[in-house]
Amino acid sequence: MKKVKIYVTLRESVLDPQGSAVMGSLHKMGYSEVEDVRIGKFLELNIVEDVQDVDALVNEMCQKLLTNTVIEDYRFEIEEAVSQ
Amino acid sequence: MKFAVIVFPGSNCDLDMYHAIKDELGEEAEYVWHDSTDLSKYDGVLLPGGFSYGDYLRCGAIAQSSAVMDEVKKAAEAGKPVLGICNGFQILTEAGLLPGVLLRNKNLKFMCKTVGLKVENADTLFTTEYEQGQEIQIPIAHGEGNYYCDDETYEQLLQNNQIVFSYADDFNGSRNQIAGIINERGNVLGMMPHPERAVSELINGDDGLALFKSIVKQWREANVTHA
Repeated sequence: MKKVKIYVTLRESVLDPQGSAVMGSLHKMGYSEVEDVRIGKFLELNIVEDVQDVDALVNEMCQKLLTNTVIEDYRFEIEEAVSQ
Repeated sequence: MKFAVIVFPGSNCDLDMYHAIKDELGEEAEYVWHDSTDLSKYDGVLLPGGFSYGDYLRCGAIAQSSAVMDEVKKAAEAGKPVLGICNGFQILTEAGLLPGVLLRNKNLKFMCKTVGLKVENADTLFTTEYEQGQEIQIPIAHGEGNYYCDDETYEQLLQNNQIVFSYADDFNGSRNQIAGIINERGNVLGMMPHPERAVSELINGDDGLALFKSIVKQWREANVTHA
């Protein structure tokens, strides 16, 4: 089995009101060091072992459903998962 | 004229849509479940508001992969009127039938109130019963109605007159206060405000009725041959 870790982030050009609100809150708490906050998503998929091209499969799923490429970028890592 | 009101798990404006068509407009409407694989008997397709699949992943993202969406695409390709309201608009953008995307409102709040809308294009399948530039009052109810598209897409929208409605005031952060857009061909409209909730003077006024009347009028002109 393979474990796929997908990181979805908002594109630079897209405003992130949620991130801005969190940054405002951090500033109010005294963390003035924070210059920017962007909030994204993390997805974890387990994929069966006998897939030929996991890369292609994950890319396809990201483009069809898991991300909206109009506003989001993604990257992923594939790990060998230890079977239980 | 016979409309399909598509129902997804989590749709909640389907009854309002049905009521608007059936009782106020006097046309035919049927609820169609999201796993339907045939919309050929309908003359128009309506995607109602709500929170399909709990807005999981992204608004409209999961509904977009429903079986019925292949049929909605076919209906759009056949030139039938397709109208997506609120969550319906979000589904249409996720399905790639309309450009852009709806983001979280800039103030992060869910807003539910009646707002002023300007009719930016009164020459569409959905708006001929309005005057160009007319200001109408239509309710909104959304948390993610902040329309976003890149510069290139925005230029295209302008060039092709695809911006159909804009907000009189900026309250959700939408690019150029865009409230509703149409596809290039002119038969797929998506809008965040709810015209189906403004079809009776008793409740919310009836400024939304003209939208549905426009669809029916043009359908009649194109399809009904007089003896």
